[in-house]
Amino acid sequence: MKVENENFLVDFIPSENTVKFNGSLRLNGMKEYEPILEILDQGLQEANSPLILDLTSLDFLNSSGISMFSKFVIKVRNQQKINLIIMGSQKIPWQSKSLKNLQRLMPSLVLEIV
Amino acid sequence: MNNIYGNFREIETEKSTEYLQLSFSPSSLSLKERWGNNGLSADFLGDYFRTFLPKTLGDNENYSRRDEIKSTVSYIANELLENAIKFNNDNIDYSISIRLNLDVDKITLWLTNNVTQSLYEAYQNFVEELLNNDPQELYFERLEQNAEKEFADSSGLGLLTILVDYKAKLAWKFQSIKNNGEENFVVVTMVELEI
Repeated sequence: MKVENENFLVDFIPSENTVKFNGSLRLNGMKEYEPILEILDQGLQEANSPLILDLTSLDFLNSSGISMFSKFVIKVRNQQKINLIIMGSQKIPWQSKSLKNLQRLMPSLVLEIV
Repeated sequence: MNNIYGNFREIETEKSTEYLQLSFSPSSLSLKERWGNNGLSADFLGDYFRTFLPKTLGDNENYSRRDEIKSTVSYIANELLENAIKFNNDNIDYSISIRLNLDVDKITLWLTNNVTQSLYEAYQNFVEELLNNDPQELYFERLEQNAEKEFADSSGLGLLTILVDYKAKLAWKFQSIKNNGEENFVVVTMVELEI
């Protein structure tokens, strides 16, 4: 299952336990992020622990996107079924600034910014 | 009447030699088309100013301070433009503008737009909440609250990320102007970033 437009691609790859994000996410408000939350929920239901969110090719994320990831991380935290690994890139400056907040929301979350 | 919050500086009194200003009329394009332009405008501001920053600005093999500043400008400009388009009062033919000044030690952005009277008051209440609380606490509170709603309202989160993640300073000017008997409500949001 994937969602894409001319600016981004979000894809759940069951064989790799990974939801992969590419491009720039600047959707207008949480309602427009709903299809992406659905992919994350699919990952949550179908993947073995830990589920990997690969953001190493996500160049841009607006604050509504940050809100979406936070909502998902809080859901995973509250369900206590699986753990999460979030992979980021040092070459994409927003990731070092903003992704640590997700770890603060869910302390067991593994954040790998390489 | 003017209400000032934070250390607001007027655009007109600045002496920066390098600046860019983009202005557009809210009624010239559909909301969807305007939304697409936010990213274009924000990336342009970031890319353009990157070329003016000194090449030796704290770079190493894996890290470019110039790229970091470019990315920061692009993020902040995008959030300001998204807010302006979301909350602008399109019934008034008054352009939205974003201005970016580059100085030796700082970058300053000003976003100017018109809002309705009720948003004008709500925005000032939010600004007072921001100034009277620890932004980091407010940010995490907001995220926890949003997680419980089906369609979370992410309004205000953009300004909180600018304060918390980007360590920028915010200031505002709220101005009500009588124009041919009609009252217009203008908000200028200023973001200052040390470089």
